[in-house]
Amino acid sequence: MAESSFDLVVIGSGPGGYVAAIRAAQLGMKAAIVEREQLGGICLNWGCIPTKALLRASEINHLLHHLDAYGFSAQAVAYDPKKVVARSRAVAKQLSNGVAHLMRKNKITVLDGDAKLAGKGRVAVTKDGKPVAELAAPHIILATGGRARSLPGLEPDGKLVWTYREAMVPPAIPKSLLVVGSGAIGIEFASFYRDMGAEVTVVEVLDRVLPVEDEEISAFARKSFEKQGIKIHTGATVKALKRGKDNVAAQIEANGKTSDITVERVILAVGIVGNVEDVGLEGTQVKVEKTHVVVDEWLRTGEPGLYAIGDLVGPPWLAHKAMHEGVICVEHIAGLNDVHPLDLRNIPACTYCRPQVASVGLTEKAAREAGYEVKTGHFPFIGNGKAIALGEPEGMVKTVFDGKTGELLGAHMIGAEVTELIQGYAIAKTLETTESELIRTIFPHPTISETMHESVLDAYGRAIHF
Amino acid sequence: MPIEIRMPALSPTMTEGNLARWLKKEGDEVHSGDVIAEIETDKATMEYEAADEGRIGKIIVPEGAQGIKVNQPIALLLEEGEDPATLEKFAAAAPAPAPAPAPASTAPPTVPLAQPAAAAPERGPARLNGGRVFASPLARRMAQQAGLDLAAIRGSGPQGRIVKADIDKALAGPARPPAAAPGVIAAPGVAAAPRALPGFAKEQVLALAGNPPYTEKPHSGMRRVIARRLSESKQTIPHYYMSVDCVIDDLLKIRAALNAKAPSDGGGYRISVNDFVIRAAALALRQVPAANASWSDEAILLWDRVDIAVAVALDDGLITPIVKSADQKGLAQIAQEAKDLVERARAGKLKLEEFQGGTFSISNLGMYGIREFAAVINPPQGGILAVGAGQQRPVVRDGQLAVATVMTCTLSADHRVVDGAIGAQFLGAFKKLVEDPLTMLL
Repeated sequence: MAESSFDLVVIGSGPGGYVAAIRAAQLGMKAAIVEREQLGGICLNWGCIPTKALLRASEINHLLHHLDAYGFSAQAVAYDPKKVVARSRAVAKQLSNGVAHLMRKNKITVLDGDAKLAGKGRVAVTKDGKPVAELAAPHIILATGGRARSLPGLEPDGKLVWTYREAMVPPAIPKSLLVVGSGAIGIEFASFYRDMGAEVTVVEVLDRVLPVEDEEISAFARKSFEKQGIKIHTGATVKALKRGKDNVAAQIEANGKTSDITVERVILAVGIVGNVEDVGLEGTQVKVEKTHVVVDEWLRTGEPGLYAIGDLVGPPWLAHKAMHEGVICVEHIAGLNDVHPLDLRNIPACTYCRPQVASVGLTEKAAREAGYEVKTGHFPFIGNGKAIALGEPEGMVKTVFDGKTGELLGAHMIGAEVTELIQGYAIAKTLETTESELIRTIFPHPTISETMHESVLDAYGRAIHF
Repeated sequence: MPIEIRMPALSPTMTEGNLARWLKKEGDEVHSGDVIAEIETDKATMEYEAADEGRIGKIIVPEGAQGIKVNQPIALLLEEGEDPATLEKFAAAAPAPAPAPAPASTAPPTVPLAQPAAAAPERGPARLNGGRVFASPLARRMAQQAGLDLAAIRGSGPQGRIVKADIDKALAGPARPPAAAPGVIAAPGVAAAPRALPGFAKEQVLALAGNPPYTEKPHSGMRRVIARRLSESKQTIPHYYMSVDCVIDDLLKIRAALNAKAPSDGGGYRISVNDFVIRAAALALRQVPAANASWSDEAILLWDRVDIAVAVALDDGLITPIVKSADQKGLAQIAQEAKDLVERARAGKLKLEEFQGGTFSISNLGMYGIREFAAVINPPQGGILAVGAGQQRPVVRDGQLAVATVMTCTLSADHRVVDGAIGAQFLGAFKKLVEDPLTMLL
């Protein structure tokens, strides 16, 4: 059994873990990373990346069914679900191999197995129950991620009731589908399966879809989805699932009334719980609250030398949040001077449904509740030349400013390619620009990004094209 | 297009200056290297040489204008053959030279308003080289709205940049002196004087004094620096004081003997008591290096060199020319250097490097018959020695009353850098050298 000592051991190789390990290596630390499945974690293998590959396929299917709008016609348009899934898996595989390459390049020791804390500064690695290695390090980062939350009575079974994991590798596209939960994960699957031809019903317990987004964006999104034929029940819960041979009867309760629908498959997307089990937290001073590890601004747990990052420490469950936490944590360990805690209000969030949704910062409601003198700007894609030329006139950009100081409090976008655009506002927020700098920034014409400029102009009564 | 002649930064800390005198007038030919104006800066009046050739097309900032910020255009230079008509258009496009440069006679100094960005004082925590304050646009606007002096705020953002959180903290925290001092009554827009000079507004002083008749004397650049730096010193440096009596009869004897031996031709020297004090202090600092140090947030900086700044009174203020590496120099050399520095200081002809810096200061008021006093530390130095007059006083020697010439010296030290025991060691070493001056000649 190998026994060795490192400056840093990272448990979990998702986007938080592997980035932390690379940053540590850059700073001259001897780093090791332990992974029980594939390098890259959920994000690369079962999350962000393979779903983007699937959503590309569903977008193409959508376009193929609307060729006429662009002057094309085609016959016998069809897809092979096996090939669609195979492409998604190939993409994930390629990126996972890429992480393996990055580990080699940065001389990071990779251990295949289950890691468990084994006393202060020690990690025991086992594979299939057999000891593989004993690692010693003054600093240990837990980056074990999270998994789908399940609800009593709605437990996924992997055949009829899926989590994201099964939903990502369907043997066939079901004719009908119930998605429980309308957060980013639920809505992306709803969008994918709808554009692949399934009848999709979404049930959301809160009063609107994409409930963390701005209310106007939620309303805009709901209208779009419903126009596409997605059925949406908000303020609703699934009371019971009756699993048949190849279908499920679901009882939905909304406003005190119950209705029954029968679908081929159910996808459960009701949040994430942290993977706090089997890591050996027992006997440490690590505090766990609601399945998430409690950390301070430098990602330190209550146990000296033990840190936690990413989904394990709680929402927002976003890969880029985990990456930045990994960097901040490592740089703080290394004692760098210019390290700053993560500002949650500057983390952009993207949902890759059709139309796409992206946002950063406070919603209008949150800004009002925080007591700001709120000023909002709106700009619809219908006023944007590029959006119309692309045949994507459906969209909107909303900006939220502090009327007193001109601080950009939040930006909320829906429409084609907005996930690629939101970074502009993220930079603006990180640099603490005011409306003045944004107004003076020259956005290229013709691009969809001009809607971002116009929305800011509108907040100050100066929109040009609407 | 006309060339803009801008207010030069004649020192790393200079952020504004007064236009003391124009040596060229509109229409005059200018060659590279010509002195075109005299600029009064923090502590000296300096000549401003032209870098380009041409003809002075327009003087934007008139003679006598005060508080002109570095980089503000002060004149336009027409290149050969250039049409003077281009001036008008250009002048209109150029940034306005702040509120009309006031006639220097009685009006208070004009300080450009509404540009807190460039209004960095001598030592702002977020100020980096060149006087620029790094702050986010939002932080700038919030500071402007609240009348905060950005330069007085510590930045917590990347590379020490001032960000919103810092302004929030400043607004929430204990009253940082805002641009308008607490209690200032002033019209909106006037209140936010960008540079926080410590003190009351004129209206308030007049009200508190009961409006007696008065004459107004505009602040000179030097007066502003004195006000700001010494207020900052007293507010931020934990001063403490200790005094020692030095018997200087032997020193006076040796001084007389040395001066008697000075060659009467060109190479002559005349050593003053203060020259002995400079050398003794320099040697004592070398013996107790912990006292030759400055505080910084990151670390105490122990200076390798002993550069003694000597306070020199001027008609309107004071200046501290420096005897560099004073511990390496003999008494004759110190005497010659000090004499030259003092003469040129009084003539306003010191070069920047001759009065900027220094690791320790000496202030001597003995010539005024002052017995003893305590001086204010000249930041960022760690200490200053205040030297009183050598007076005949009764002393007890071997149980007998005797008469001796005694000089009382008082050390003001920065307790963050120099603890009491270190200060005492320094004063002890100093006293020993002064009382046994032959050891000083080694």
